[in-house]
Amino acid sequence: MGFFSRKDKTKKPHKEIDIQREIKKAEKDESLWIKCSSCQELLYRKEVERNKHVCPKCLYHFPINVDVRVALMFDKGSFTELYKDVEPVDFLKFKDTKPYKARLVETKETTKRSDAMMCGRAAINGLDVLAAIFDFNFMGGSLGSVVGEKITRTLEQGAKDKLPVILFCSSGGARMQEGIMSLMQMSKVSGAIYNLKSHGIPYITVLTDPTLGGVTASMGMLGDIIIAEPKAMIGFAGPRVIKETIKEELPHGFQRAEYLLEHGMIDMIVPRKELKKRLYTLLSHVT
Amino acid sequence: MRYYLDFEKKLEPLERRVNEIERFYDINDPHYSKEVHYLQKKISKVEKEIYGDLTNWQRSQLSRHLNRPHTLDYINNIFSDFIELHGDRKYKDDPAVVTGFANYEGIKVAVIGHQKGKDVREMAHRNFGMAHPDGYRKAMRIMDMADRWQKPVITFIDTPGAFPGVGAEERGQAEAIASSIYFMFSLSVPVITIVIGEGGSGGALGIGVGNRILMMENATYSVISPEGCAAILWRDGSKGPMAADALKPTSYDLLKLGVIDEIIKEPFGGAHRDWKESFQNTRAALTNNLEALMKYEPGDIKSMRYDKFRKMGIFEEKR
Repeated sequence: MGFFSRKDKTKKPHKEIDIQREIKKAEKDESLWIKCSSCQELLYRKEVERNKHVCPKCLYHFPINVDVRVALMFDKGSFTELYKDVEPVDFLKFKDTKPYKARLVETKETTKRSDAMMCGRAAINGLDVLAAIFDFNFMGGSLGSVVGEKITRTLEQGAKDKLPVILFCSSGGARMQEGIMSLMQMSKVSGAIYNLKSHGIPYITVLTDPTLGGVTASMGMLGDIIIAEPKAMIGFAGPRVIKETIKEELPHGFQRAEYLLEHGMIDMIVPRKELKKRLYTLLSHVT
Repeated sequence: MRYYLDFEKKLEPLERRVNEIERFYDINDPHYSKEVHYLQKKISKVEKEIYGDLTNWQRSQLSRHLNRPHTLDYINNIFSDFIELHGDRKYKDDPAVVTGFANYEGIKVAVIGHQKGKDVREMAHRNFGMAHPDGYRKAMRIMDMADRWQKPVITFIDTPGAFPGVGAEERGQAEAIASSIYFMFSLSVPVITIVIGEGGSGGALGIGVGNRILMMENATYSVISPEGCAAILWRDGSKGPMAADALKPTSYDLLKLGVIDEIIKEPFGGAHRDWKESFQNTRAALTNNLEALMKYEPGDIKSMRYDKFRKMGIFEEKR
């Protein structure tokens, strides 16, 4: 008895392919595979990209970077970037786990952008517009002085040139590293929206996944017309904060675009594929 | 009930004893008057020690001190004939926001403010000063009337933030705050905002778009509470003191950044140590600012407000 068991213990078992481990490995290899944050499905990245960054299984719209957004929304070659030279400053000398200054240098290098906002003049099927696009890759699209300043200038330009302004939101909210100045951007931009609307110029917002906090509670919800992408998370407080506060499970689909449409908070949900055409029709009605 | 913060605890036995003597013994009895005299000397020594050099974290705690005067205390003490108005005409009356019209030294004004509670019961009723969308909609209703009737608006900020809840989100917390900020830019009457305690994020800004922003010396005004900031950036809510230093939420910080216009001095140790003096100082500041603003034309008031907020933000521009 002892004879066999001893031998079995020392003998290495035949190496089996561990499927779970392979999947985990594939998940880590982000160049090939991407996991849908809505249906958790593992997807082939190329296929997702071909599908305008939309999950083919559940139609979840992945956050996209500003260049992709520009390519999808505007006429080819029509986009001219504005206010490129506005750069962030670490005026509070803010330091959490890392100094804000170092964080900025690092993020600028990886994203090749100066802050979380890209503004420009563009055309949608020949109709001229001004656009402001949040860049979620740059510190979660957080609202700081540069973001606020660039949107404000775009809105002022719209009032001056009588051009409609479209804001594409994707942001986790305020930029804590800029403290109170981040909060003040909410009022600054809202004032500029008031100014634009008083000139009789339409202001349209497109809320994409995610649009939260101070961005929703100012420029996001102030659109004359508010469009959302399917399944986008849109809200004031984040779901985790709400859950911790009320100590209850949240309703199904809470804070998703569909939920907001049902509650009368937005005008429509438009899939990314149809967004350009819808914006064009809308603009042709209101300008 | 007198309440003491941790760093104020040294004062508690001394002040309790003084209180005891005043209540139960003959203060003219030399035996007791001597003791009171001794105690008061000791108290002022301890006060100097604990309040002499306040940290940002201590100020954050003072800004939420339970014995601090709240919006209704200011209204009842520096205004007269206050008539409270209720309800947003859409869903409900939000007790976390108090609104109405009152008389301020002969000037008829609209008053709006977050209201926290003094005791457990009132705190629950007022939802700790955390407004629902209905509170901001009520505020807009009152501002609209004030604008049409040309009455200046005085707002008091004292909230941890707008309430994060399911109902609040469903009824459009973000929309309500956004609309209220937006609406304040349309007002042609002077608006004076006073941060009296805790200025918590968007929930505070929702009634904070003033031509003048005044701030009590120990109040705080920030994009997020120190605890909330610590929980997100350090993933540790107990790092509040570090976050309070990093966020720079005190009146002195905000004056330096140009976000507020004026600091209203508080009695030594904080507004809760002497309400009367706090009200006196607030009244003086309010009178000055109101008189200055009432000289302008309605159109100028509006554009001055826009210009004020337009300037906010610090960035670099390479040419």
